[in-house]
Amino acid sequence: MTEPLIELRSIGKRFAGVRALEGVSLAIMPGEIHCLAGENGSGKSTIIKIMSGVYKPDEGEIRIDGKTVPGLTTRESIRHGVQVIYQDFSLFGNLTVAENLALNTALRERRKFVNWRGVRALARRALERLDVDLDLDAEVGSLPTAGKQIVAIARALMSDARLLIMDEPTTALTRHEVDALFRIVHDIQRQGIAVLFVSHKMREMLEISERLTVIRNGRKVVEGPTGDFDEASITRAMTGQDIRDEHYVWIPPAGAAPAPRLEMRGLTLPGAFEDLTLTLRPGEIVGLSGLLGSGRTDMALALFGLETGWTGELRIDGEPLRLRSVQEAIRHGVAYVPEDRLTEGLFLNQSINRNMLASSYEEHARLSVIDRPVVNDLAQRMIAAMHIATPTGEKPVGQLSGGNQQRVVIARWLLTDARVLILNGPTVGVDVGSKAEIHRIIRGLARDKGLSVLMISDDVPELVQNCNRIVLMHRGRFVQELDAATTTEEQVGDLLKGLR
Amino acid sequence: MKPALDTRALINRENNIAQLILITILIFVAMSALNPDKFLRFYNFESITYIFPELGLLSIAMMIAMLTGGIDLSVVGIANLSGILAGSFFHAVLTRQQLSADPAIPQVLVGVAIALGTGLVAGALNGLLIARLKITPILATMGTGQLFTGLALVITGGPAIAGFPKSWAFIGNGALFRLAVPFLIFLVVAGLIAFLLSRTVFGINLMLIGTNPKAAVFAGLRTTRMIFFSYVATGVLGSLAGIILSGRTNAAKADYGTSYLLQAVLIAVLGGTNPAGGRGTVLGVSIAVLALMLLSSGFQIMRFSIHLIDFIWGAFLLLVIAINTYLNRK
Amino acid sequence: MAILQRSEAVIALILLTAMVVIGLINPAFWNLDNLFGLVKSNVVIGIMALGVLLVLLSGGIDVSFPAFAAAALYLTIKAMLATGYQGVVGPFVLATLIGLAFGAINALFVHRFKMIPLIVTLGTGSMVRGFLLGVVGTSMININMMPPALIDFAKTDLVTMTQPDGSQYGLTAMVLVYGAVALLIHLLLRYTIIGRSIYAVGGDAEAARRVGFNLRTTMLVVYCTAGALAGFAGLLHSSMIWLANPRDFVGLELDVIAAVVLGGASIFGGRGSVLGTILGVFMLVMVKNSLIIMKVDTTWQRVVVGVIVIVATAATVWRDRKRRA
Repeated sequence: MTEPLIELRSIGKRFAGVRALEGVSLAIMPGEIHCLAGENGSGKSTIIKIMSGVYKPDEGEIRIDGKTVPGLTTRESIRHGVQVIYQDFSLFGNLTVAENLALNTALRERRKFVNWRGVRALARRALERLDVDLDLDAEVGSLPTAGKQIVAIARALMSDARLLIMDEPTTALTRHEVDALFRIVHDIQRQGIAVLFVSHKMREMLEISERLTVIRNGRKVVEGPTGDFDEASITRAMTGQDIRDEHYVWIPPAGAAPAPRLEMRGLTLPGAFEDLTLTLRPGEIVGLSGLLGSGRTDMALALFGLETGWTGELRIDGEPLRLRSVQEAIRHGVAYVPEDRLTEGLFLNQSINRNMLASSYEEHARLSVIDRPVVNDLAQRMIAAMHIATPTGEKPVGQLSGGNQQRVVIARWLLTDARVLILNGPTVGVDVGSKAEIHRIIRGLARDKGLSVLMISDDVPELVQNCNRIVLMHRGRFVQELDAATTTEEQVGDLLKGLR
Repeated sequence: MKPALDTRALINRENNIAQLILITILIFVAMSALNPDKFLRFYNFESITYIFPELGLLSIAMMIAMLTGGIDLSVVGIANLSGILAGSFFHAVLTRQQLSADPAIPQVLVGVAIALGTGLVAGALNGLLIARLKITPILATMGTGQLFTGLALVITGGPAIAGFPKSWAFIGNGALFRLAVPFLIFLVVAGLIAFLLSRTVFGINLMLIGTNPKAAVFAGLRTTRMIFFSYVATGVLGSLAGIILSGRTNAAKADYGTSYLLQAVLIAVLGGTNPAGGRGTVLGVSIAVLALMLLSSGFQIMRFSIHLIDFIWGAFLLLVIAINTYLNRK
Repeated sequence: MAILQRSEAVIALILLTAMVVIGLINPAFWNLDNLFGLVKSNVVIGIMALGVLLVLLSGGIDVSFPAFAAAALYLTIKAMLATGYQGVVGPFVLATLIGLAFGAINALFVHRFKMIPLIVTLGTGSMVRGFLLGVVGTSMININMMPPALIDFAKTDLVTMTQPDGSQYGLTAMVLVYGAVALLIHLLLRYTIIGRSIYAVGGDAEAARRVGFNLRTTMLVVYCTAGALAGFAGLLHSSMIWLANPRDFVGLELDVIAAVVLGGASIFGGRGSVLGTILGVFMLVMVKNSLIIMKVDTTWQRVVVGVIVIVATAATVWRDRKRRA
């Protein structure tokens, strides 16, 4: 039997007393495509950093080619052929493709001077190895994400890599680009290089990998050949919960159907979305899914006044609108919880109170002077209502857990009397317990307060459980509408897979 | 997850003020010990209350610009231009005799309006360039600083405008209830700004924008408008400093107070302002300006030249940076 | 079309247009003595600008170099007077080393204490100037006292012409010094790993660290070179004007940074070139010097510089926004 290329044996790691990993064992065989699956915050990135020598494990051992390597450093890890491609690629946008590719080699060989002809030759060979064609003189910053990724992969392979670790490589890719990436990954494998594919997207894992390891809350849950898994079993392993056959049932009030809350008719923004028509009634939760680049975020931004220049008709509670600014959108009751909570949603160093009240200060101010008692009282009540775990609203929001942070962002919009709530990836990076709680809150808001919710998500079970309708979007258009009550997760998954 | 960290962060905010007070006391004690008979005289403190307000106002202005991660390198230019424009106005409407004898209160009121208006327009120009055209604050205010100083030069042709009406001089030199007028102005303005920053939508929005400009957009804050107004406020504070400066010295010149620029940046940073944005208090800046005033007055009593005091200010800034880095590392 | 994509080409085009316009207003602009004078005024500012270019490329900013230049020139000439030394090479080496040592302080604070370069260099500039004026002295050393060797060196002309009225003028040989320094910096930036690391740090400091650049070395090279060039240029300036003034160069940082930005360097780091900087410096110096030719009062100089900075930066912002779109 062959020796594993790299093997982690009962690795444990703590940060400031908090357990990040416990007893994790993981073996990667030469030339295999291995998937490391887990939700955000499950410990995936800690494992990557231990393999690449960035972190030292507190317990357990790391073996490379069958030999224990105590105190693995980044340099040693690279010397043993481990290369990591981080999500941000670590490329230089202001330098050319050729130079980005050649820099590592020059540094490794401890060169002092640059031989530009050599740089180009080296770069050309690196790209040939992947059988891709890129302009060597293009600035990397001007390339699309997929192009940057290719440069990052080519660069990693230049240093005699034996194991390529890719951290969430498909996050910003279109389906087409994902296919191209998978071709490259198979190509790499044929050259005898192992690939560790770190992801939380089930469809992709099932498609690309040969073996699969699932971790949850810092522990390994299960490991085995990919063929033994299906989406349901991976989800169960990742979340620790059975997929409950739960649905959100929207019951229109007796009598006449209520007036529509949000109406889109033929909404078009060239290059982003086309001819979108959709009606949301009070109390409805409509799911929206589609691949990256489907135009779903552009649509959300248009509804929130951040994308202007669209044509078509938009009405809220019957009133025709042309939203030209976020303020206008908020005034008409639109609220948006952005995709990236940390960079777009929160003011990390500021207090929970300020984060919650950010959008409603003006409402509670006279001549710009804030009515402090009123505002503090509102915040206090919101902390209680949303079950935000904190002793005081003065605590910086950055110290809360992901789930609590997301509640703060949602609470912000409840304070503005939102009528249409757009959630983009509402539970990304939220732990399982909080996730269920956030779902419960969202359903409650729709059911009891009559909010219309538009939930954009990649998480199929999330959509099926929380929405009464699901709309699929592709290449800027709505391609299908499903009644969630009569749809299973498998069906939605298959439909999404079919969108190419 | 980390309750221990939490309390420490809470204490830290108060810590900054406590640390500043401690530094101030240390400077006070050291200077008293070094100049036992001269430093502790009433006259010394009285003169500090006349000198520090102009720098204090400039430092508060700098802090406001820093709240959104910016900087205003044109404040001193604004101060001088404001004084010069008001001075030119007086020389145009008043005779030599009126200048020296007449209180000329109506004219002085117009002069104050001209000076503050100058600050308003200059600040609005900065705000326009930074908030609307999105020019980096350093470059924008570096350019406008040249522009304002250049205009001041063009107006005066180089030399100082000397001789202001008596009641104008009162703003910089006078006393009310035995307290220096500039000091009273500083107290009122500092109080107002402190209120503006902590109790109004404008102030809180500036802190939020400085913490995360992108999130501010998604929260529906009027970022452009708020940043614009912050530079207008900075400009007006600059012109107020210009009024006090020209009143105190009875003159206005294009290159007065050039070392104030560095000092204002230093005081703002020392006062706990985060130059990257999101944090800063009037109280911190006020204590910092007091501390540095005590320091330089002590050295002046010891007959250090103004150049050496510049040296000490620079060294102090670097020392503070080094100490803060060291403390944060722990 | 590709050539127009390069910012140097755009700057050169603007420069030529400006020259034509100034020449139309007053044809005397094209007189050889005016052009020679213009070139001469480029030398000192140009050498300093090359140092500032390095700092901007690395993502920083430097407002301390005028103080360093003044300190280097004044200390060097004081030392020469004290020892009676009459060489040329030695003093320039000394001035360069003084600037370099000051630059090392900037590097230390920027890299080790991770403080914003603007604030660090405001501090070091004030310290050095304060020390110079407060401890070393405030009096100028004028032509009577200046070491003749330096003056003779700086007087060297490449070509000498005679005016119709019999007076002589020439093209200073110092332009060769400027050219040599520019070439050296160009080679450093283009063909050495250190040079490329400056671009890399300015592009993305975190990525540069991950790739394995030694950022401490890079920062030392950047700020020490900037300081060294300032020191060198300071002494050259003093030799050319036959005067050692410890108050020299006050406020010059704005002109020089403006020139470098005008030459296409990005204030955010990672973009800029030696050729662009040379063009930017030429443009700024030309516009300032030509005000007299265009019969504009010299008090307008700062207004003009201010407007140029504002317009140039607005234009860069506009360009970058288009590039992103």
